[in-house]
Amino acid sequence: MNNSIAKEKIVSLRKKRSLEDIRFKYYGFTAMCLSLAVLVFLLYTIFSKGYTAFQKTIVLLEVDYNQEVLKLTPESSDEEMEKGKFFRVKKQAIENFFPDLSKSDIKLIKKLFSINVDNEIKDYFLENPEVINTKQQIWVTAHSDVDQLLKGNSRRDVPEDRRKLNDIQLSYVDQLVEENRVKQVFNNFFFTKADSRHPEIAGVAGSFMGSLFTLFTVFILSFPIAIGASVYLEEFAPKNRITELIEVNISNLAAVPSIVFGLLGLGVLLNVFGLPRSTPLVGGSVLALMTLPTIIIACRASLKAVPPSIKEGALAVGATKTQAVFHHVVPLALPGTLTGTIIGLAQALGETAPLIMIGMIAFIPNIPTGLTEPSAALPVQIYLWVESAERGFQEKSAAAIMVILIFLFMMNAIAVFLRNRFERKW
Amino acid sequence: MFFWSLVLIAVGIFSSFIYGRSRIKLNSKKQGTKSKSLPNYYAQYVLMWCLFPALIVYFSWAIFQEQIIQNIVISNFEFIEGAVYNEGLLLAEIRNVANNPSFADGKSIEIINAASHYSSLKQISQISFYTSIIIMMLLGALYASQKLKPEFHAQHTIEKYIQYILIFCSSVAIFTTLGIVFSLIFESLRFFAEVSISEFLFSTEWYPFIPIREGQTAAEGSFGAVPIFAGTFLVMVVAMCVAAPLGLLTAIYLAEYASQRVRKTVKPLLEILAGIPTIVYGFFAFVSVAPFVKAFGQSIGIDASPTSALAAGMVMGVMIIPFISSLSDDVINSVPQSLREASLGIGANKAETIKKVILPAALPGIVGAFLLAISRAIGETMIVVVAAGTAPNLTGNPFENVTTVTVQIVVALIGDQEFDNPRTLSAFALGLVLFVITLFLNIIALQIVKRYRERYE
Repeated sequence: MNNSIAKEKIVSLRKKRSLEDIRFKYYGFTAMCLSLAVLVFLLYTIFSKGYTAFQKTIVLLEVDYNQEVLKLTPESSDEEMEKGKFFRVKKQAIENFFPDLSKSDIKLIKKLFSINVDNEIKDYFLENPEVINTKQQIWVTAHSDVDQLLKGNSRRDVPEDRRKLNDIQLSYVDQLVEENRVKQVFNNFFFTKADSRHPEIAGVAGSFMGSLFTLFTVFILSFPIAIGASVYLEEFAPKNRITELIEVNISNLAAVPSIVFGLLGLGVLLNVFGLPRSTPLVGGSVLALMTLPTIIIACRASLKAVPPSIKEGALAVGATKTQAVFHHVVPLALPGTLTGTIIGLAQALGETAPLIMIGMIAFIPNIPTGLTEPSAALPVQIYLWVESAERGFQEKSAAAIMVILIFLFMMNAIAVFLRNRFERKW
Repeated sequence: MFFWSLVLIAVGIFSSFIYGRSRIKLNSKKQGTKSKSLPNYYAQYVLMWCLFPALIVYFSWAIFQEQIIQNIVISNFEFIEGAVYNEGLLLAEIRNVANNPSFADGKSIEIINAASHYSSLKQISQISFYTSIIIMMLLGALYASQKLKPEFHAQHTIEKYIQYILIFCSSVAIFTTLGIVFSLIFESLRFFAEVSISEFLFSTEWYPFIPIREGQTAAEGSFGAVPIFAGTFLVMVVAMCVAAPLGLLTAIYLAEYASQRVRKTVKPLLEILAGIPTIVYGFFAFVSVAPFVKAFGQSIGIDASPTSALAAGMVMGVMIIPFISSLSDDVINSVPQSLREASLGIGANKAETIKKVILPAALPGIVGAFLLAISRAIGETMIVVVAAGTAPNLTGNPFENVTTVTVQIVVALIGDQEFDNPRTLSAFALGLVLFVITLFLNIIALQIVKRYRERYE
């Protein structure tokens, strides 16, 4: 009797315990799936918000290149053509956009076009000067508000005073859609232009070049210094207090928040050394100091991976230590050090806070051409667009994130390729 | 200017190398003896003696030129009596006029004079820069060529120089730390000269709006950082509430339950999560999570702010999940297999083994991982800049808007910077606090992990 009760107890306890076991396993599984689900959701958010930025809306506009309005003649020189009165042509084209427009409606219709239309009309003319005194049908860029409306990013059903476009403008846009005078095409501006106050002509070319210049500076500074430091610490450094201090220092530096490096850049590089603000030179120097510990740690690992027999072989045939290290160990460790450097560069590419500190947050509407020119950088550009109140910038920021993620992906792919291609198993 | 001087230096070192090589060959032929080292070492010797003096000139010019010129221009500036000058703005104006003559219209005569003075000083500096580079290179090469004799051990000398270069490279890390510490302390001291330390650390009022320019009206500033510290703490707690369970359970699952194949696919995916730039998380928090938190708050009857501690904290938690999971994974994997086998051998099942044996054994390592994650969360900037607020708010309610140390640093340094205004300097004081706390957490965490490793190795 007693025996069977005890047995039952044991059985039920065992059941409970094994249920507990299964439950615990599923907790772990759920946690893992949740983490991955967030990753998927994050990427989905970015894609769904951003893919529309790769298209822009263009409107068919009939432009009359009348020589009197332009104040040009067919014989005008190129310089004179540059100075043609294209804004008057544009004004005329907009006035005749729909038949019988009232003055107030013309004003409203003007707001359906991008500020860049003047330039587009001019560029078309400069490319085809023979169109003078003819009427041309040109596709020009629509204003961001129209663009967002047609992409479905801004809603029509909110009250008129909370919309960018009022009812009259909406009806004109609808009419355009009906008459097929508006369409969406690939947004080349996004890849060829720098930042702008107007979302429809803002692009990532400027910040992309800024990021490239910054990464170039980071590479030039951190790669040789990291190799020198890791070779010294790995091969030459005597085991003493100072060496230990350097090692502790490097591992602690790796954990210092990036914004503190920004303060270092501001306090020392800008204020003491007087280097030019907002430039890739300063941004790159700060990021180089920031990524240096990461790269040094990676370089040391790859130097350590070279078997000592190689160095000993060189020493045995009479090489000095310097020769053994620089002629034999370092070349063998080079692929590993490059991989580590690329991973460090990837870290530097996504870093925003230090660049804000040294002023790379300024509004730069042109594409930088050198290290000492003020420029933006991709992550800062994203920040500026995220913070912007203008609706049209939101898709731009998501699209810029896609650009930076693809860039990061390619860097990591190169690192993995280098590792797989050149890594040797000893 | 600095680009062309680099070209000049490159030409100089190239020709010095060629010169050194041919010179030593000639000398040893003349004496009829073989040189002690290979000719290339003599060439490198000349090269170094050519390069380093030139670099010294180059960097000292790059660093000091602007400062010195500005000082001379300012000291010769014809100040009008009675007028009030702001030195920074004045210099900016002079520089603008000097670089862009079209800006000169409408500027006062003193400024135009100063601008032309500035340009002429620049020109002088440029000429003397190039001449001194050439002279230094020639002097260096001359000194080195004295030593180009066959009995000179060029290789030994070169190797000694290489040692010095390597030592310099590895001390860059030390210089960086010193630079951080000194710039933070120096600017913080200037801040604390105007704001008392006790006010900064213990007062709860943070209104840093002190007029920066003449004529601006603003309240008298007060710098009590308690609400900022509290906000940082709140965001960090929310982040850890998300990251600690998810990260730790993921690590346990990956280390103890998952098959090799799952491990191989999931670990790189988590690394992607770790490699995503923080501004991307900021965007995510702003666009997806914050509206969700607001809607959720409304559905349970709490009025959530559009920029809440909860949204920022949750996304920050997601960001540190891979950090916690990979560190904990390492820690759990380094628990000796014998402990597992002993526990399973006396009849415990897997969950019991994990909860009663492995986790207690791995506890110090896991605590270390959590501390590192906390330090990461405190120092994180972009998520909170985008998704948390900028107004200080002393509250424990995660649906409300709070601000953090990093946000206040960014806010203080965006826009007008005036290094005699406590508002700008407050960024450095906050940065000092941030640096000290993260360093402290990091040192403790590394100590714990190190001791833990030693126990099982």
